[in-house]
Amino acid sequence: MEELKQELKAKIIDQLNLEDINVEDINDNDPLFGDGLGLDSIDALELIVMLDKDYGIKLTDPKEGRAIFESIDVMAKYISEYRSK
Amino acid sequence: MGQPYHIRSFCSIQQETILLNGKPVFKSEQEDFDAFAKEAYKFIDIKYPKFFKMDHLSKLAFLTANLVLDKENITPDEPSNTALVFANSASSLDTDRKHQESIQNKDNYFPSPAIFVYTLPNICLGEISIKYKLYTENSFFIFDSFQPQKLIAYTKGLLDSKKAENVLCGWVEFDGKTYKSFLYLVSAKGTLEHTEETILKLYNA
Repeated sequence: MEELKQELKAKIIDQLNLEDINVEDINDNDPLFGDGLGLDSIDALELIVMLDKDYGIKLTDPKEGRAIFESIDVMAKYISEYRSK
Repeated sequence: MGQPYHIRSFCSIQQETILLNGKPVFKSEQEDFDAFAKEAYKFIDIKYPKFFKMDHLSKLAFLTANLVLDKENITPDEPSNTALVFANSASSLDTDRKHQESIQNKDNYFPSPAIFVYTLPNICLGEISIKYKLYTENSFFIFDSFQPQKLIAYTKGLLDSKKAENVLCGWVEFDGKTYKSFLYLVSAKGTLEHTEETILKLYNA
């Protein structure tokens, strides 16, 4: 699980073009949206594509993302349970 | 004839070099545009993280506009009636190609929403408007080549009808590895005449 969390942090930084943020700067329970990393609605869509492309998880309702993308910790638990890749 | 208008400041970016009011203010050795843009962003000291999520055309337009507007003290803190009138010939082709690549293979079909949202040239006007809080007129024209007479007519119309006090206008082109921007701010004030001859001279400098 720890390895997956580090992988997610690196992917989020790379794929969402977060400048001047390192893996060490993101805590497992930091909120990803709002006051946390400050991600926006387009970032949420990118994360949905990433779940599909990298982990084989298809979210049919984008609203589901709101709960899944709460933090790295929540994302990692969800991916571990539902991944097909 | 109507009221005469003038060019207050102008900026051009091409071949890793930035000229502001005709004087070189920044030059980089980075041939890769993203690397050049990052260096320029830090040199100008912009502090706007969303810059790094923009496509090439928006980055180019954003950097150029930033230099002209800051030079003329048009800031997000003071609302300004500054319209935007841009043009180019390649539209958003540079980003359109990236989007096309992501949907080319039916077995590996993962279009990126972050790329898709930039598949229109006028998105760069939105990026500038958001940063500078401009709730103003904006237009993006596609021409075969730089045609100042058309920009002059449109700009004059906006100023004569009092729809804008200033107009930031010009050319922002990005296609493959080739890019060029040239933006100038027009208003009643200024030192340079707002004529086709002047604009062409500044564009070709």
